[in-house]
This record gives sequence, structure tokens and C-alpha cells, in this order.
Amino acid sequence: MFHMTVARRKMLWAYIFLAIPIVFFAVIRIYPAFFAFAMSLFDYNPLAIDQPYVGLENYETLLAEMNKPRSVTRAAFINTAGYIILGMPLQLLIALLIALMLNEIRSFVTLFRLAFFLPFVTSTIAVSWVFRWLYQPQFGLFNVLLKAFELPQQPFLNNPKQALASILAVVIWQGLGFAVVIFLAGLKHIPRVYYEAARVDGATRWQTFRNITLPLLNPSIVYLVVLQSISFLRMFAPVLAMTDQGDGGPLNSTTTVVLRVYREAFQRLNMGYAAALTVVLFCIILLVTIFQLRVTTRRTN
Amino acid sequence: MSSVERAQPALPLQQASPVRSSSDLALRVLVYALLILLAITMVVPFLWMIATSFKTSEEILFPNFLPHSPTLENYTFVLTETALPRWYVNSFIVAIFSTISVAFFDSIAGFAFAKYQFPGKRVIFVAFLGSLMVPTEMLIIPWYIMSVNPPIGSTWVDTYWGIAFPGVITAAGIFLMRQFMQGVPDELLDAGRIDGVSEFGLYWRIALPLSMAAVGALCIFNFLGNWNAFIWPLIVTSALDMFTLPVGLQFFSSEFTADWHLVMTGATLSLLPLLTIVVVFQRYIIEGIALTGVKG
Repeated sequence: MFHMTVARRKMLWAYIFLAIPIVFFAVIRIYPAFFAFAMSLFDYNPLAIDQPYVGLENYETLLAEMNKPRSVTRAAFINTAGYIILGMPLQLLIALLIALMLNEIRSFVTLFRLAFFLPFVTSTIAVSWVFRWLYQPQFGLFNVLLKAFELPQQPFLNNPKQALASILAVVIWQGLGFAVVIFLAGLKHIPRVYYEAARVDGATRWQTFRNITLPLLNPSIVYLVVLQSISFLRMFAPVLAMTDQGDGGPLNSTTTVVLRVYREAFQRLNMGYAAALTVVLFCIILLVTIFQLRVTTRRTN
Repeated sequence: MSSVERAQPALPLQQASPVRSSSDLALRVLVYALLILLAITMVVPFLWMIATSFKTSEEILFPNFLPHSPTLENYTFVLTETALPRWYVNSFIVAIFSTISVAFFDSIAGFAFAKYQFPGKRVIFVAFLGSLMVPTEMLIIPWYIMSVNPPIGSTWVDTYWGIAFPGVITAAGIFLMRQFMQGVPDELLDAGRIDGVSEFGLYWRIALPLSMAAVGALCIFNFLGNWNAFIWPLIVTSALDMFTLPVGLQFFSSEFTADWHLVMTGATLSLLPLLTIVVVFQRYIIEGIALTGVKG
């Protein structure tokens, strides 16, 4: 013990430094992940006397629900897909436009950056309630403005056809700042010589953007596509805060997969089924991450 | 002492273009006009929120922006008749506790991964990072079962530890600190060893002070993330006086849905201190995000 070599002593210290984190990750992160997988194979109700093993029954129920035209679960998956497919590209497009403009100007950059950034760091719950007020019929700011311009009043959150878009707009609005900051950092990394060369060659602004900015910005784009897709996939708080009783209404038009997980697990105590839903969620995230790894490694090769 | 330099943003080269055509000028005007318009849409919801919070229940039905006779009654009501001050304290305790814990454990783990060789290093590191792929939503159900019947103590439900435990050590933070601590020169650590500094001393007195920029960024994100955390605090708290601010705000707003003047007062009170912090530290926060790509 007292004749330990330096290398051994250092090794021991590394384990001491990592002891608590290792225990933490094993108990709080890794074990619960396996627990969730296992749970999805049981009819797990925490208040019941026993938790019978049901095999893949929860997944079969899930599949059956998906095939039922008006089921909540089906609505949840379709809406979530809608949030991702509409929300992610729209958010990145607007953010890219803002970043390109901020990159052009010299004055008030900090002030603009702050304005775009502010919503991102505020609590989603507070922001959601603010917008719920803005969306109100008759007295909400948006309908007040529509009235001022003599445009027809809109029901927004109260109409199954508009509710999803109304909620999506808030989420896009709130997340813009993050994407702008990442895009700006990406733009700063593009060497100026490329632009100077393009100018010497007499390239138009569009050509410069198409042939220099866009390809060199690709790492930021891939990073944000993955990150934002996952964050739209996990949507929960805005829907809970912006719909009546947090039910994902009207008529399930805004409900999401995570909202289903919450309701099934913590209101109906149907935890096995809820766990099966989270396993599906995990698989989707895994696929997205694998896609990211493939894209990023392909480029370096 | 600062051989590890903070990543400085590249200074914008102030090169005055020799010729500025009129189309360039038109573009510039268009860019500013668009930016101003977009910036207004970012700020107006907050202004409308603040304006509403000073209105009476009758006045919220009128479309005027500024209240005719601003009242502080809403604030008195929310601060004295609801548990909002208590939720503030709860959020603060949880956010501070987990931020201190993250600052210590993430940096010491990052130090171990950056500066030591030991069997199993790769496996442990990959296991830590791999856990990032498991979404919180998948873990909340097991965490809840665990909190009702915890390995230590009687119950974690409705306790500060119960709210905080999932975030007291973070994989993203460990990764960030490892990247940063790789920049600490080995010669410095070896010199310390020769001077008889213990291995913990090397971390505490050399590596940590040299990595303060990264630790600072980590602390700010972690504080913000914990302050705004919602789904887990919602599940693990059931007693009104253990709610965190977002959970309390959701509860309070659901109770007073039609009283928009009160809901907006609650929202203003919950946002204002944070907005102040962000405005003060904005440079640091934005650079930190650009540096690390960490999401708040």
C-alpha cells in the first residue's frame, strides 16, 4: 500500500474522483432506463397488489390504438409528427434568416441578439400562459389587432383546426434565439478569405450564399436539425399550459406523445403502457441520433 | 496564471468596403427594417404581459395598451394570497443546490477523464455519454417509483432532494469540463506533484481555477435549466408548498384562468428576476452557448 507506484496511485485517485458520479449514473440514469424497458412488459399499476407480466401486450395495445381512427394515442403520434415536420424546418429557416441578417449589420447587434434570445431563457409555462392570454377571443391582443385592421376574428386555441398551429407558433417563437446563436457561431467560423475570393470572382450574393455559406454551415444545420427535432418530439409543457385542463384539446387536436405518457402514467396509473410509449420515444431518438452520427462521420471521411 | 485562455469571439474586422452601391444601401435598410419588426414580435408579448399585470379586472376587457389607472393590487394579491413567494424560495433552493453540485462533480469527473489513465476509462465515459440519449420522459416513471420507495430515507416525494436528484450530476457538463480540462498543461500538474500537492489539490488548486470560464458557463446554464424545469418537479411534488415556480405558476394560472390580470401578474413576477439576470449576463450566456452548444 505504501509502496504504490506513481501510476497506480494516480489510477486510484481517478477512481476516487469518479466514484460518486459512477454510482449516480448507475442508479439514477442507467438502471431506470432498463427499469422502463422492463416495466413496459408488465401491467404495472403502482397501487395494485401485484404487477403481472404481460409480454408484449402493451405494445399490441399501442399498435391497436394506432390503427383506431379516432383514438387519443393515434392523435398524439400524428400531432407530434406534425409539430416536428412543420415546426423544425420553419424554426430553422427563420433562425437562419435572422442570423444571416445579424451577420450583415454592425450596429445594435447585441441589442437585437438579446431580443431574440430573451424568450429562450424564460420559463415555457410562463410564456405559454402569456400567449394563451394573447390568443383569447375578443380581448386577446391578436384579436384586438385583427379588429383594428378590420380583419375577421379568429378562435386560435379554441378551434381544432387552428389550435396546433397556434401552439406551434409559440414554441417556434420561444426556441428561435437558441438556433440563432448556434447559426451565428457557425457563420463566424467561415473563413473570410472564401468570401473575398468570391467577391474577386464577381459572385452574386445568392451564389455566395448557395456555394459558400450553406455548405460550410452544414455542421450547424445538422446539429440543429437533430436537436430541435428531438425537442419538438418531447413537447409537453406548452400543450399542458395552453389547452383547457391541459387535455391536449380541443378534440385531441394538440395532444402529444409525452402528454399521453403523463396522463397514462400519473393519472390513470397505467404505468406499463406509459413505459411502452416512452420506449417508442427512445427508439425514435435513437434513430435520429444514429442519423446524425452517420451524417457527421460521412463528412469527415 | 491563465495559461488556459477563455475562448474569445473573433473580433469583427471593421473593414470599410471601398464602394457602397445604392443596392447595398437599400439592402441594409431592408435588413434593419426586418430585424426591427422581428425584434418587436419578440418583445411585445412581454410588454403586454407587464401592462396587463397593472390593470384591474374591468380594464383587461379594453384594448388600450397602457392601463389608465395602474394598480398594484394584483401584485399585493399574488404576493400575499398565494404561495408564489414560497415557490420562489423552493425554485431557488433547488437550482442553487444542483448548480453547486454540478459545478463540483462535473468538473472533478471531467478532470479525471481529461488527466488520468485508468482501466475502464473508455467504457465509463461512453456509458456516461450514452445516458444522454435516454430522454427524461423515459426515466420519470422509474424515478417516481424510486422516489416513493427510495434506497435511502423514507420518501423523496415532496422533498427538495426529490426535486433535485435527477440533475445533481450531468453527462453534458462532464463532457464539457473534460474538453476544457484537456487544455490544462500536464507540466503544471507534474510541477504540483513535485511540490507535494495532493491529487485532489491538483484539481482544486490548479485545474479548477484554470477552468473557471467553463465552470461559469456550466453554472449559468444549469441554474437556468433547473429554474425552468417542469415535468419532473410537476410529478414529484404534490404538496402546494413544495411546488417549484413553474409548477406553482401552472397550478395558480389554472385556478385563475379567466382572471388574466392575475395570471399575467404571476407570469411577470416569475419572469422578471430571471430576465434581469439574463440582461446582465447576456454576453456571457450567449458566448457560452456558442462555445459549448449546450441547451439551457
